[in-house]
Amino acid sequence: MAQPPLISLEQVTKVYKMGEVEVRALRGVSLAIGEGDFVAVMGASGSGKSTLMNIVGCLDRPTSGRYLLDGQEVGNLGRDQLAEIRNRTIGFVFQSFNLLSRTSALENVELPLIYADVPSRERRERAAEALTRVGLGERLDHHPNQLSGGQQQRVAIARALVTRSKLILADEPTGNLDSRSSVEIMALFQELGRSGITIALVTHEPDIAEYAARVVVFKDGRIRSDERHTPKQAVPAADPLEAEEAQA
Amino acid sequence: MNPLQTSRVAVRALTRNKLRSLLTTLGVVIGVWAVIAMVALGEGAKARVQQSFEAMGSNMLIILPGTSSRGGAMGGFGSLPTLTWDDLKAIRTEAPAVRYAAANLRSAAQLASEDLNWTTQVTGTSPDFFSIRNWGISQGALFSQSDVDSGAKVVVLGQTVVDKLFGPSANPVGQSLRIKNVPFTVVGVLEKKGQSAMGQDNDDTAIIPETTFQSKIQSVGLQKFINGAILVGAASQEATNSALSQVSLLLRDRHHIQPGMDDDFNVRNLTEMASAFESQATTMTLLLALIAAVSLVVGGIGIMNIMLVSVTERTREIGVRMAVGAKPRHILSQFLVEALALSLAGGLIGIALGLVTGQVVAVKAGWPMVVRADVIVLAVTFSALVGVVFGLYPALKASRLDPIDALRYE
Repeated sequence: MAQPPLISLEQVTKVYKMGEVEVRALRGVSLAIGEGDFVAVMGASGSGKSTLMNIVGCLDRPTSGRYLLDGQEVGNLGRDQLAEIRNRTIGFVFQSFNLLSRTSALENVELPLIYADVPSRERRERAAEALTRVGLGERLDHHPNQLSGGQQQRVAIARALVTRSKLILADEPTGNLDSRSSVEIMALFQELGRSGITIALVTHEPDIAEYAARVVVFKDGRIRSDERHTPKQAVPAADPLEAEEAQA
Repeated sequence: MNPLQTSRVAVRALTRNKLRSLLTTLGVVIGVWAVIAMVALGEGAKARVQQSFEAMGSNMLIILPGTSSRGGAMGGFGSLPTLTWDDLKAIRTEAPAVRYAAANLRSAAQLASEDLNWTTQVTGTSPDFFSIRNWGISQGALFSQSDVDSGAKVVVLGQTVVDKLFGPSANPVGQSLRIKNVPFTVVGVLEKKGQSAMGQDNDDTAIIPETTFQSKIQSVGLQKFINGAILVGAASQEATNSALSQVSLLLRDRHHIQPGMDDDFNVRNLTEMASAFESQATTMTLLLALIAAVSLVVGGIGIMNIMLVSVTERTREIGVRMAVGAKPRHILSQFLVEALALSLAGGLIGIALGLVTGQVVAVKAGWPMVVRADVIVLAVTFSALVGVVFGLYPALKASRLDPIDALRYE
């Protein structure tokens, strides 16, 4: 690979202090993820996968080791600089969507752009564009409680996309969704992956991991296996919006 | 993120919980309300004291004749006439700090116009009286020194007496009336002065030359003694104290009072009384404002309380905002601006209520309300300060949250 990897972890460790007890969540992890890769991170709870995702997502800093994101050493940056990197480079998708309630889909998606000091008109245009890209172009003014789980997760994905981030980190993105919505979301991730966005998703469901091109399995703070395979193509059952509307 | 966006976010967060925001604001509303109303009314009271003392006369000293003591029973000031017309002349000419001096002879008497009558205080004096008491004329003219010298039967009436004898809209100048059955000609009507500091109606009065008073009104002629007080107008407010000592020395000398002996007269300084009243009113105002300010602080604690609740409730929102790129200072300013918006809104509502209250009290109680711009500015500043001070801790708490913990918060 001529290009340097987007994510490069070298012997990263993470030790938490829980009172007197030291918890060694990561015990020397080295991992490289190239641009455009679609990685599923698996492992039992307590295996260190969430800690890894927090470090990769610049929400946390490693205790030792090096972490280069897009060629930049981020292991020892301050809170403000980490916030800037999260804003510019990374998009988060959570299991529980984490949308702001009583706030329209459009405004939810605009949120990262507010902190990036994008002027309001451009903000609205880009948010609408991102929502259209995830298939919610018609529901800009809907509030989260007026949207189905799958649609809420799409809003969250639009929010992750809107800053033109290179990396999307998804923590159990299908954990709160039924199987059909899960397939739709995975199809969306695959589509984004084809457009060059790097995706790392944490899951404990093997059939969700099948949609990724690479599966990294964690155990006891270390990588147990790291395999590539041909991803299963996610094919939505029907047009999701129409199907839901037909139901309603 | 610019201040406009921050405030927009804050206002949206606050309007999401309208009732709670309103109740939180209430503490500051009441605090500012109380401060504004108290200071306005206190200043009003002060203004009223000032007015009534000004009505009485500025830079004025009152000299009362001395006490009588017969068989050990002290008669009180004024019980024995000790002041002479020569004393008055001497005060006017020999005390440099004195600009005006006039006798003040008083007696209640019945006044009668053609078909109405009214009993009032009749004062016998000289034209200096009007200068000392700062009293102008609304109709006609004051009587002159030559009227005094000739003992003319002329009278200057207060507005109340005019109302009672001639009707409110009448012009009595040139008309005649009888005082104790002696016919007098009305030459002028005095400006309205309203209530005095002691609650009397200043305008319920009739003023005639002292010579006429002595010959027609006073029952007993006292020849060289003044059967009343002497009013003295000092050259300026600063000169009142020196006027007081000059007059005292002069009178002691003229009355041949040996050192160590008591005065046989008494000099009262009205300016001093006025400033004593004023400083009393100021102290009261300050005290009331202070009590009101305490309630403002209580309001601030209410804001802090609700902001802490809000930070806890919105921990997840804070986590999301941090995850998408909010820096600690963004979170800090968001919550700080919310607290500020709460306290400022409270301050503005409080000012409005305070002004309305002051106005209502002013109208209902006939009490002048003095709204001081500096108090309003102070109230706004103070409520903003309350917002910042009491909002700081919750905002700091929010900004120091760990994004991972915040996102995981249930």
